[in-house]
Amino acid sequence: MDAFLLQTLNGLDKGSAYALIALGLTLIFGTLGVVNFAHGALFMIGAFCSVTLQRILNLSYETVDPSKTDFLGNPLKVKTPYVESWFGPETGGAIIEWSVPLAIIFAIPVMLAIGFSMERGLIKHFYKRPHADQILVTFGLAIVLQEIIKYYYGANPIQTPAPEALSGVAQLAEGIVYPVWRIVYFFFAIAIIGAVFAFLQFTTFGMVVRAGMADRETVGLLGIDIDKRFTLMFGLAASVAGLAGVMYGPINAPNYHMGMDFLVLSFVVVVVGGMGSLPGAVLAGFLLGILESFASMKEVITLIPGINQIIIYLVAIVILLTRPRGLMGRKGVME
Amino acid sequence: MFGLDKKDTSLLALVAILTLAAPFILNPFPTNSGLAQFNAGYPDLMQRFVIFGIFAIGFNILFGLTGYLSFGHAAFLGIGSYSAVWMFKLLSMNIIPAIILSVLISGIFAVVIGYISLRRTGIYFSILTLAFAQMSFALAYSVLTPLTNGETGLQLTLEDPRVLGQSATADGSIPVTNLFGAEMRSSFDMVVGPWSFTFSVGYYVCAIAMLLAFYLAIRIFRSPFGMMLRAIKSNQTRMNYTGLNPKPYTLAAFVISGMYAGLAGGLLASMDPLAGAERMQWTASGEVVLMTILGGAGTLIGPVLGAGMIKYFENIFSKINDNVLHGWFSFMPDGLEDLVVTIIHPFVGKGWHLTLGIIFMLVVIFLPGGLVEGGQRIAKAFRGKKADDNKSASTEPAE
Repeated sequence: MDAFLLQTLNGLDKGSAYALIALGLTLIFGTLGVVNFAHGALFMIGAFCSVTLQRILNLSYETVDPSKTDFLGNPLKVKTPYVESWFGPETGGAIIEWSVPLAIIFAIPVMLAIGFSMERGLIKHFYKRPHADQILVTFGLAIVLQEIIKYYYGANPIQTPAPEALSGVAQLAEGIVYPVWRIVYFFFAIAIIGAVFAFLQFTTFGMVVRAGMADRETVGLLGIDIDKRFTLMFGLAASVAGLAGVMYGPINAPNYHMGMDFLVLSFVVVVVGGMGSLPGAVLAGFLLGILESFASMKEVITLIPGINQIIIYLVAIVILLTRPRGLMGRKGVME
Repeated sequence: MFGLDKKDTSLLALVAILTLAAPFILNPFPTNSGLAQFNAGYPDLMQRFVIFGIFAIGFNILFGLTGYLSFGHAAFLGIGSYSAVWMFKLLSMNIIPAIILSVLISGIFAVVIGYISLRRTGIYFSILTLAFAQMSFALAYSVLTPLTNGETGLQLTLEDPRVLGQSATADGSIPVTNLFGAEMRSSFDMVVGPWSFTFSVGYYVCAIAMLLAFYLAIRIFRSPFGMMLRAIKSNQTRMNYTGLNPKPYTLAAFVISGMYAGLAGGLLASMDPLAGAERMQWTASGEVVLMTILGGAGTLIGPVLGAGMIKYFENIFSKINDNVLHGWFSFMPDGLEDLVVTIIHPFVGKGWHLTLGIIFMLVVIFLPGGLVEGGQRIAKAFRGKKADDNKSASTEPAE
């Protein structure tokens, strides 16, 4: 029973990352009709936003402390981050420690800007081109973004630790301990998904976007500049991917190819959920996450060796062949 | 000649001359000169040129003709390599049975994967092939370790039976791959003045394999079967209404291109008898897509050009470091020299992927027909307006 609960938690946790990335992908596909292979790169850039913020906060100056000496007998050089000298060691230290949650605030404008410039500068010209061309150009873009990050940050993973209060493990029930940050990630994902859905469901802006997803031409005929709103949606999707990346940092240290690693899986998730269906993407994300973690239980592996490695792809193949539209795909979208 | 029309014969002849004379052509700079590092005429790299050329030609038969974008072709390359290495382990070090087995096995896999994947089109097909390839990769990496030797990769050992050959040579080392006695590794150096040209047996085996593959591709392109494949790309619905079932044709194309990939994998293993799972990863599939698009999908020569270009970049561009750059721009004033070097630095050496990504994006955006289209445009610009008039006179079929 404990193992069961633990695997469900693991699954929800894995699933929340899948769901967040797939949500962004589906937003882009549903609104703009573009298959974005650079979405994994956006996730990766998000993670590097928190690396950047961490570096900015750790900018420091050196002072010489004459009262102490280092092991060579020279006066000890003390590095003090500027933040600490401005806000005092206590507040400053706390700011540095909480750099990952703070990076959320930092990442939103950055990701919006990247999303806007990507859509206006590149994707816009690919609406009328075939899907294969869109896949190829965004694949190229993903390589470029990845290499730029690699150039500036190096090829090694960079740790972005969670704040002390949110790291460590929590005792959930008798005999069940679970890392706190993973629980935080799950609730964060739920919050983001809820916010996106609420935005689309309860605001006028969201209503127009949904109308545009259903029938772009008619909305255009009503005199609404749907392109402008869709650009904004691209920015939103980029931010969702970016935030998923920021919060993922403490779970897995960011490296430049983390985007590519997630990309394939998130595409599988989108297809299983049904192209263009937002609830489908979220559902499939959690579903595949849970399936994957159950498949990696010891009992299952001894029964069917290697199943944990391939379960997601296996499910995707079965679903694609039996339910052509995916779990919740709408009729007429990419059939 | 060989059942080809005049234009194709001259194309084939041109490719044949270029590949057979490659050791000369790719070594234009004297060995001791500063530009010698741009020489690509060493056997290892030339073998890669032609082997990946075969891979890309095969991929192009599927993608260029039918328009089905497979993101999982590296699986066949990996399967081919594994089969070949197993043949070296069990039967003999002769490459012929190894290559036959690798083509057959990857053909069988292609039938199964193709039969299932081709039930869907468009992006779903891409995702299905991607899923199959990732599954093969994951399995080769973990559960199938007895067959694939997991992370280490499949290698030859002294204990291998090699029924028709010997387990170890007289001096106790692992025998090398050969073609009826001609060792793949052996080569002949020709020194002409300051130049040095290397002719290796392995390269010529691969080159002949590529020429055969290229010839076969021309025949497929020009055959009624190739016509059918083009029909699938341009309008599958219309083809259905004409009373033709596209399924067998696409499956045949898929299997043929899978076998090409298997041949490439078998040759890779013949040149260097080891096989690793990373050859099957989806980024490797992405690479063959890059090659084909870069050169020009749907054209005969394009994929070979693309493969050559990417492999050249990978091996030569990545060697340019800051010292070399400083050497080039030393004629400039000091400040300017440093500036230029700083600007170029991110794009060369370790950053060659960045250059590749940018070039690829530019090609997709501005030259959907790849380098071949670029060449045609330049040629047209030289020929003047006359060619242009002819083009506008031909009408496009209505959709």
